[in-house]
Amino acid sequence: MITIPYLTALTTYFSYGLLFAFGQLRDFFRKIFDWWSHNSLEGYAPICLGLEDFYIRRLYLRIQDCFNRPICSSPDAWFDVVERISNDYNKTLKRTTRVDRCLNLGSYNYLGFAAADEYCTPRVIESLKKFSASTCSTRVDGGTTTLHAELEECVANFVGKPAAVVFGMGYATNSAILPVLIGKGGLIISDSLNHNSIVNGARGSGATIRVFQHNTPSHLEKVLREQIAEGQPRTHRPWKKIIVVVEGIYSMEGELCQLPEIVSICKKYRAYIYLDEAHSIGAVGKSGRGVCDLLGVDTADIDIMMGTFTKSFGSCGGYIAGSKELIEYLKHNCPAHLYATSISPPAAQQIMSSIKVILGEDGSSRGAQKLARIRENSNFFRSELQKMGFEVLGDNDSPVMPIMLYNPAKIPAFSRECLKRNVAVVTVAFPATPLLLARARICISAAHTREDLTKALEVISRVGDMVGVKYFPAEPKKQQLEGEGIKMD
Amino acid sequence: MDTMFSAFETMAKFVSDWGTLAFDTPYARAVVFGVPIRGHLLVEGLLLVVILFLLSQKSYKPPKRPLTKKEVDELCDEWVPEPLIPSITEDMKYEPPVLESAAGPHAVINGKEVVNFTSANYLGLLGHDKLQDSCIKALEKYGVGSCGPRGFYGTIDVHLDCEARIAKFLGTSDSILYSYGLSTMFSTIPAFCKKGDVIVVDEGVHWGIQNGLHLSRSTIIYFKHNDMKSLESILENATHDNKRAKKLRRYIIVEAVYQNSGQIAPLDEIIKLKEKYRFRVILDESNSFGVLGSSGRGLTEHFNVPIEKVDIVTAAMGHALATEGGFCTGSSRVIDHQRLSSSGYVFSASLPPYLASAAITAIDVLEGHPDLITKLKANIATLHKGLSDLQGLEIVSHPESPIVFLRLKRSTGSTKGDLQLLEDIADHLLKEHSIFVATSKRSTVDKCKLPAGIRLFISAAHTESDLGKACESLKRATALVLAGQ
Repeated sequence: MITIPYLTALTTYFSYGLLFAFGQLRDFFRKIFDWWSHNSLEGYAPICLGLEDFYIRRLYLRIQDCFNRPICSSPDAWFDVVERISNDYNKTLKRTTRVDRCLNLGSYNYLGFAAADEYCTPRVIESLKKFSASTCSTRVDGGTTTLHAELEECVANFVGKPAAVVFGMGYATNSAILPVLIGKGGLIISDSLNHNSIVNGARGSGATIRVFQHNTPSHLEKVLREQIAEGQPRTHRPWKKIIVVVEGIYSMEGELCQLPEIVSICKKYRAYIYLDEAHSIGAVGKSGRGVCDLLGVDTADIDIMMGTFTKSFGSCGGYIAGSKELIEYLKHNCPAHLYATSISPPAAQQIMSSIKVILGEDGSSRGAQKLARIRENSNFFRSELQKMGFEVLGDNDSPVMPIMLYNPAKIPAFSRECLKRNVAVVTVAFPATPLLLARARICISAAHTREDLTKALEVISRVGDMVGVKYFPAEPKKQQLEGEGIKMD
Repeated sequence: MDTMFSAFETMAKFVSDWGTLAFDTPYARAVVFGVPIRGHLLVEGLLLVVILFLLSQKSYKPPKRPLTKKEVDELCDEWVPEPLIPSITEDMKYEPPVLESAAGPHAVINGKEVVNFTSANYLGLLGHDKLQDSCIKALEKYGVGSCGPRGFYGTIDVHLDCEARIAKFLGTSDSILYSYGLSTMFSTIPAFCKKGDVIVVDEGVHWGIQNGLHLSRSTIIYFKHNDMKSLESILENATHDNKRAKKLRRYIIVEAVYQNSGQIAPLDEIIKLKEKYRFRVILDESNSFGVLGSSGRGLTEHFNVPIEKVDIVTAAMGHALATEGGFCTGSSRVIDHQRLSSSGYVFSASLPPYLASAAITAIDVLEGHPDLITKLKANIATLHKGLSDLQGLEIVSHPESPIVFLRLKRSTGSTKGDLQLLEDIADHLLKEHSIFVATSKRSTVDKCKLPAGIRLFISAAHTESDLGKACESLKRATALVLAGQ
């Protein structure tokens, strides 16, 4: 859990307070100036009311150059970041023709399939020539090709379930499946830090939503007991069904879900469990099959397994895996299957080829090498960062590691200084995280070599000293010099 | 009796004496039962204390008895959930035909070549050489996926180029790309419509829009499908008694060509109504982009309405442009706002770069070959003429819409029965005549009540013989299957 030092909390509140005050002052002057100027939309309410986009206009725009950075090469371990300049204090940014070759610590490229791969790319181009870039049709009409049928079988085998269905976008998978499975009179209990797609899907379903404390099985049990005993709000009728939604790896914390305990609780109280493995499928586990593989949970115990292909497989799309009846029912009813264009055939081929590489079915051991490398890289990087004194979250074996920054001024400072030294990091602030807990998030890839990581550690350490984010005391330098031979300032 | 009466009399007299004395005495003195007490203020003070004491007491509540652990255990043991899914019926086991080639105008199903009317590639750009070339180049340069959301190094220069190209083509100031056609609408609407806003929407819109409306939590009013009089009366009612126009945002949402019926929305009348009642218009041009208008710029060109009058235009690119994804275009204020508040843009990975470069090439081809549009229009006209006198089926779509929607002239009475008949016709067409058409299927979560039918998507790549064959086969199939109707 995150424990924020008292002094840091105070200074962070003070910084936000100051920014807020200045923002209000500027708004006040803007209102006076606008009073004079002429507005063409007479009689229409403004499309954004005053305070709704206050955060965007006054706080986010100041550090806008840290986000949305365009690149012009594939998002591999090293990539080209396009430089942008602004002539009006960050209100608009223009692309220049200059590019910087930077180390990529931000893209979701866990197994290194982002760039052109020797096994996958020729097959992808072949399928593009045969089936072309899109089918322009929904799955139920004329968008199912032999490729799609093969893909679903392949995914079902990989995940360990009898059947699977594949959609063209991971976000839409969550938003379109939850309304089909549960409706009014049902209960969804979701982890407090679940992704926005799950929240949207749960809202869209019309069921009642309750939240349990992040990754705390005892609180989940308490909530379940209370809710079953109380029944539906106001009428106290018993709930129709209860679905508990958890994620494999939480993308902003890097923590693994406590799956065995949660599964045993759900079995005891007869609730259905929905596991979203967006970040963990392909990246963790002995053979890359996700958190179930890693934590030793039988896949038959989990009712609905969902995941995306964007992170570890270098493609796009999402899947749902479950029993044959569940998948048949979903194919008959799910709006994303009935109304949306089917997944693009080259993307489908990329998924199948990358699964073959991971399982070693292409005849080489590259898959096993990649899995071993990502585990080594993650553990090495995390332990080094912790030795340096950074506050790093996340469990061992997880390739996502957030470094806490807290203070709003450190966010752009960290990001810009790292970019100057050709390391591209991702910084996240409100509203994706709570207001006080801004962080920089590192995503390790199997494509990173040991030299890449050492360089990254050097740069991060130097920038960390400059910016002042080493909240914990560093371990003595003597151990490090002996052990790894890393130079420190 | 007498003594009691006299005692009572003396008491009454005494009390009245005391009363007059108490009122007359100016100083702090009271006489109670003949005993003068110094300080009647003391008594009043005591009275005050008693009143305060009583007020501070809680009112009577029945005692709370929370459930004991044993009772909760019992309830948990007794509770039996419904099964996760209802039991599977026969019609749920339907498997769509599997294509063995690209979904162009001629496809291969089960080894046989069929004429394909289920694929919405209106301009025949699916499999076009230029698009394939640009896709291959992009695949070799960028790989397949973009591995990140737009905010975190998922913005590739082809995305920015594509957005600029679309904006240039349509004549707006900016546009924004989404990675999935369906998510475009259900991300755009909640970004602009919040609780308390008023939205007037056609009752035949597709599920993406319905989901967006549900997520926005605004007040939603439906008007009859493509009926301008109904729209006008609803707008009149909505603005009639509402004085809070300063803070309330009001929207009209329509589709240019409705997926569920093939009708075309009369944009010129909608714009007139919009300006009269001060509403904003959100238009979904998925099936009209690249089809309507002399150069393919959509419904606005078709009706000669300047595009600035429509506030937000969205479209899915999985139709005329033969790629995947969607875009939204409008003024800069509208687009910039979506870059941070639209959930399907911020929290989802960006469009794969090869699809974005295919979109750019598709628009280039469209701009360079306006004859594709004239060919498509000619095909539509031919098919309309050929299908005008079918037995049992009638065309309910607009004569210029690229989706030809056939509905049963006489319904069997139940939607299930209708669907079964239509499925039979489609099966027969596929097996006997090698014509591949689609029936419109509906999900249980879809609220649209328009009846089902058979849909034919016409493409500029269909030849005269294809269309002739289709008309022939449809005539024969309906004569056979709907013999009793």
